[in-house]
Amino acid sequence: MGSFDLLMQGFENAFTPTNLLYACIGVLLGTAVGVLPGIGPAMTLALLLPITYSVEPASALIMFAGIYYGGMYGGSTTSILLNTPGESSSVVTAIEGNKMAKAGRAAQALATAAIGSFVAGTIGTLLLVLFAPKLATEVVKLGAPSYFALLLLALFAVTAVLGSSRLRGFTALFIGLAIGLVGTSTGQPRLTFGSPLLADGIDIVVVAVAIFAIGEALWVASHLRRRPLDIIPVGQPWMSRDDWGRSWKPWLRGTAFGFPFGALPAGGAELPTFLSYITERKLAKNPEEFGHGAIEGVAGPEAANNASAAGTLVPLLAMGLPTTATAAVILLAFQSYGIETGPGLFDSQPILVWTLLASLFIGNTLLLVLNLPLAPVWAKLLQIPRPYLYAGILFFASLGAYSVNFQWFDLLILLVIGLLGLAMRRFGLPVLPLIIGVILGPRLEAQLTEALAISSGDVSTLWSEPVAVIVYVIIGATLLFIVGNGLRTMAANNRKQVSA
Amino acid sequence: MTSRRRVHARLAGVILAVSAAMVLASCGVTRGSDDEGHRRLQMWIPNSPGGGYDLTGRAATHVMEDADLTGRFEITNVLGASGTVAMQRLLNAEGSNDVVMTMGLGVVGAVYTNESSARVSKATPIARLIEDQEALIVPKDSPFKTVEDLVDAWKKDPKSVTIGGGSSPGGPDHIFPMQLAKTIGIQPKQVKYIAYDGGGPLTTALLGEKIDVGTSGPSEFEGQIKDGSLRVLAVSGAERLDNIDAPTLKESGVDMVFANWRGVLAPPGISDETRDYLITLFEDMHKTKGWQAELKRNGWIDAFITGDEFGAFLKEQDERVATTLKELGLA
Repeated sequence: MGSFDLLMQGFENAFTPTNLLYACIGVLLGTAVGVLPGIGPAMTLALLLPITYSVEPASALIMFAGIYYGGMYGGSTTSILLNTPGESSSVVTAIEGNKMAKAGRAAQALATAAIGSFVAGTIGTLLLVLFAPKLATEVVKLGAPSYFALLLLALFAVTAVLGSSRLRGFTALFIGLAIGLVGTSTGQPRLTFGSPLLADGIDIVVVAVAIFAIGEALWVASHLRRRPLDIIPVGQPWMSRDDWGRSWKPWLRGTAFGFPFGALPAGGAELPTFLSYITERKLAKNPEEFGHGAIEGVAGPEAANNASAAGTLVPLLAMGLPTTATAAVILLAFQSYGIETGPGLFDSQPILVWTLLASLFIGNTLLLVLNLPLAPVWAKLLQIPRPYLYAGILFFASLGAYSVNFQWFDLLILLVIGLLGLAMRRFGLPVLPLIIGVILGPRLEAQLTEALAISSGDVSTLWSEPVAVIVYVIIGATLLFIVGNGLRTMAANNRKQVSA
Repeated sequence: MTSRRRVHARLAGVILAVSAAMVLASCGVTRGSDDEGHRRLQMWIPNSPGGGYDLTGRAATHVMEDADLTGRFEITNVLGASGTVAMQRLLNAEGSNDVVMTMGLGVVGAVYTNESSARVSKATPIARLIEDQEALIVPKDSPFKTVEDLVDAWKKDPKSVTIGGGSSPGGPDHIFPMQLAKTIGIQPKQVKYIAYDGGGPLTTALLGEKIDVGTSGPSEFEGQIKDGSLRVLAVSGAERLDNIDAPTLKESGVDMVFANWRGVLAPPGISDETRDYLITLFEDMHKTKGWQAELKRNGWIDAFITGDEFGAFLKEQDERVATTLKELGLA
């Protein structure tokens, strides 16, 4: 078993004091940038690229991997505590996580996120070690038609989270899809109102922060005088037996969603978090708890985003294919050391690759060790008096939006969408369908455009790939099942009426 | 320590972490004196960290700081619309004596496709720094073995060849195949071009044989080219590249030379003295060993011209790109 020996050797190399220090700096820095909306791991890594001039390749890559994993984790902390997701992959975490925090269960939410991330990251890295070379050659065969089908399946699944009122659910979904339309698509500006500032569309993190954090701050501010303050109860500091029992299955299922999507070149980290959320909601013993702080809704998505981070490294290490912005910068780091990236990396640089893989395990453990004891401490943040807390959230959200490009226009967008968030709370529109619309809409369109452009407009290309066909069959079967169920209940109702 | 105070201590920690991240993001540390020979300058970069302009811009400032040619640079990434936002901001900074911006061929076209009037020729030209060649890349099992094969098939049925590039319409990977098509007598409008979001997705599409030909700078594909899973039919420059075994377009019988380039602009309306200062600064930078090392390290081709010569080149490029995009109905 060659891989195992190589991995052990990797651990040996990674366990030098210098490399451990770099891993430590990496995860700390990663957590810090994950916390701040606007600054993501990709940008941090790019800014740190100059260290490749002076630092050993292994140490630099170990630090970079730490930042990557740390960023995936850090985004969840602010999602849970402040309803302000730092990264697009932790947007879904905010939905249940922040509700848990308000119910005095912030420590549990943070803990299940930390342990779930650890479990998923470790399993993901293990899968990476085992399958990277074999998996990578398969994933490039998936083309735009398959992705389009997968995204369609995801959009179809949205109907499960529309909420009690279909009308409100669809309204929110279509507002989301409309926000997703903004930007330049295939060279044509759309809904940009002639401003190049809108040409790249509106970032999903900005939308999420505005709808969640700004919308809520405005809502709270508008009710502060009328209603006595709810005191956020101080809960237990650790996860109970029951919490563990409810968390472990979502962790595993989240990993199962996250890893393959991460390994797919156009998979991404957002889609699996949201699919994991929906699955947990469907499978939960107490579905009514969802929307009021269900721990499953934090455990699943958090596991999914970390597993997808591990999955991303499959095409990167096995084929030199960067599939996310962060992976692209890691590739640049390889190149600036003059290391040939590409299909031969495992063979040409075995020591470096396996040291990197070993350091992923170490980074993951470090994250757990650092974050778990901090969970109860962070949870105390919520005891700050409400006006100060929300002032802090507003400051934090604005800073994040402004720091991307240092222009006031981004603050304006934040405020406008924040007002939309306030209106949605006022009229009882659910926020999840909107967020999903913003995520899925542009990607659905991009894949459809690509598929049809390649086939010169021949629609049959959409079912030309086996994966696409399988997905359509699943959608069809589910539809039939739903319609069949509906007919049966209708028939049963009719019979009752007849016999009555 | 009361719990309230501990909360405050934690808050201070958060604020510290945030400010650390902010410092990291802006890199706005200033150093050096303010005397005339050592001005403090701002370097604007019209795309995100890690992108092409970013690598070139940061390499140049790094070299200038190392060689103590000027005061410390403040680097700002101005994102948006493939550089249009940054270009607009540069023109708005009319008369600012402390700003330079890295840009390149991609920004020239982006301004048109984004319907902006911020033409690159309105700014003050300082220097063109480097060139990058474009390459025609095909998957291992492609029926095209030479440029001739491709040209024959393409001419016979323009719609039968799908071309993919790593830049959006108006960018170098898009302009290159359009000008190539025109050279061999195909209407640019008939070219089937798929825009991918950078080199990664483009490589995926090539390896998965979703497209027939990829147009891009070859450096991002070195690993796949060396290992044989991708092949280069030709490179677009006047001369062959050292590290890639492929002929130029001219050698392959297509009379065309195309280069993606990057250079430095200053805002319009700056004083002659500042303009001369900046040109001299980049001339000095060009002479350093550090810059020559950067060229080698990044595989960039030295293409240094300054001032009016660069200005004339910019004007010619602007017109050429505009003509191509107008034919496509994109400008």
